[in-house]
Amino acid sequence: MSNPSLSRGELVRYVLIYAAVAVLVLFTCVPILWLVIMSISSAQELTAVPLHWIPKSPDFSRYARLLGLTSDGSENIFLPALRNSVITAGGATLVAMAAAIPAAYAMSRRNAPRAMLFVMLATFMVPPITYALPLYTGLGKIGLLNTSAGLIIIYSALLLPFAVWLTKTNIDILPVSLEEAAMLDGAGTLRIMWSVLLPIARPALVAAAMLSFLTAWDEFFYALLFTSDLRAKTLPVAIADFAAGRVTDYGMVSAIGVLAAIPPVILAIFFQKSLIAGLSSGSVKG
Amino acid sequence: MALSMTRDERKTPLEAWVLMAPALAILAVITFYPLLRTLYFSFTDAQISAAGTSGNFVGFDNYAYAASDAGFHAALIRTIVFTVSSVALETVMGVAVALLLNQEFKGRAIARTAIILPWAVPNIVNAMMWRLIMNPEYGALNAALTQTGILGAYRSWLGDPSTALAMVIFADVWKNFPLVAFVALAALQTVPSELYEAARIDGAGPWSRFRFVTLPGIVAPLLVAIVLRSIEAFRVFDIIYVMTRGGPIDSTKTVSFYVYQTYFSYLDAGTGAAYAVIVALLSAVMISGYILVIRRQEAK
Repeated sequence: MSNPSLSRGELVRYVLIYAAVAVLVLFTCVPILWLVIMSISSAQELTAVPLHWIPKSPDFSRYARLLGLTSDGSENIFLPALRNSVITAGGATLVAMAAAIPAAYAMSRRNAPRAMLFVMLATFMVPPITYALPLYTGLGKIGLLNTSAGLIIIYSALLLPFAVWLTKTNIDILPVSLEEAAMLDGAGTLRIMWSVLLPIARPALVAAAMLSFLTAWDEFFYALLFTSDLRAKTLPVAIADFAAGRVTDYGMVSAIGVLAAIPPVILAIFFQKSLIAGLSSGSVKG
Repeated sequence: MALSMTRDERKTPLEAWVLMAPALAILAVITFYPLLRTLYFSFTDAQISAAGTSGNFVGFDNYAYAASDAGFHAALIRTIVFTVSSVALETVMGVAVALLLNQEFKGRAIARTAIILPWAVPNIVNAMMWRLIMNPEYGALNAALTQTGILGAYRSWLGDPSTALAMVIFADVWKNFPLVAFVALAALQTVPSELYEAARIDGAGPWSRFRFVTLPGIVAPLLVAIVLRSIEAFRVFDIIYVMTRGGPIDSTKTVSFYVYQTYFSYLDAGTGAAYAVIVALLSAVMISGYILVIRRQEAK
């Protein structure tokens, strides 16, 4: 054996681990890789039987068209939908966090009844279809159907419960001594939240905001019901429309999918630690 | 001692309510009010129209109709099949992957990043991606299976009522098992290693170590993840909408889709609302399960 420090049993163990990891990584990465390949293959290659797997010459023209760098005269759905998605997800995250931080503080430090947290979580767990019709008629009455503002209001309610929960669990584990010192100095609650709590809780708040943003970025059901054209349609709805239409160019559908996946994938990779901590803190710490 | 009151025995100060007011106001308008309106609609024969949605009181007629509607029952059963299969597969795969990634090996960080990818891909992109892969004429799945000789001829995976639901479940599992894996992985790191040592000294094999040390150590957080995933899977809509639109021959029509069509294709607000209330009640059972699990965990 080439490596004398490795016993036979250890070697077998490593071979098994790496084999399993290889299968796992292929399972998660190959479909995504294929989506990317489809987006840069020619339409002929994609409809060839037997299928042509590797494109002869990668074709990035679809990305150029979607990003508005070149135009073929057809309507560009990507950029307006992207703008709507950024506005809607960003706006809803801001509103939700602004309401969630004081609520979480009340639960963690001001003895708000614990039942309130459960009531909030329960609203999040009721299926959206239960709220759908009254929200639809309500938005119609106040003229907010097919507007980003309408979606922001709805989404903020969708994001709030989880944001409150995550923020509360994270404030719970912070020491109270700093806040007590500030209180003795005569600082009021708002001042304590703003200048004592926010700075030390920032990593946790960033994680909560990030998860909220991703949830809103992903939302489809309400966006499908409450928007009707590119004035407010978000990316998920634009993609669903596009995939359902009689598109012959599967590469174009793939390219939009790749572009829509890039922001969340980048966020997920760079903020891996805090996202995973955020996702599991609720379950592990209770 | 009379002086040492626990937190919960103290009175809630007015300030706490003021701090919670914005959050509660948003939730009241966007969730409580619609919930009550839906309940109200469910007792009327309201139709959705441009002129406004209103109708006459019809008592429990809509519920009686829901109780006898075979289509609704089939959709409910399909949703339960979807929820149970998806969540069971996600749990088994999630725990297995967590056990694997909890081992010491070079490149573990890369493997962890690789499993975060499916979770990060947006729902709709996930559905669209699998729809393209499972395309009957040009899809990569057919091509790969026939070129390797596993499959004799191309199949219409999403167009065949006997395979469509399984394919949608597959797409859901691919996207969501990482979530269970993260939770299980975080929980595994809280299991004290001395317990494993002790079990090993007692002569416990790998299976008994898993059964009597690992599993009890991660079961509580895992349960929370399972209930949360079930609540989410029960409302499945996005991937169905993109992958199959409920077809073929209704074989993937889940309750959310069924209610959606009753509302927005048949414009029947009364019947749709009654379905929606029933769906909400079924979810409430799962939500109480969730609260029970959390409470029990806190009591420990």
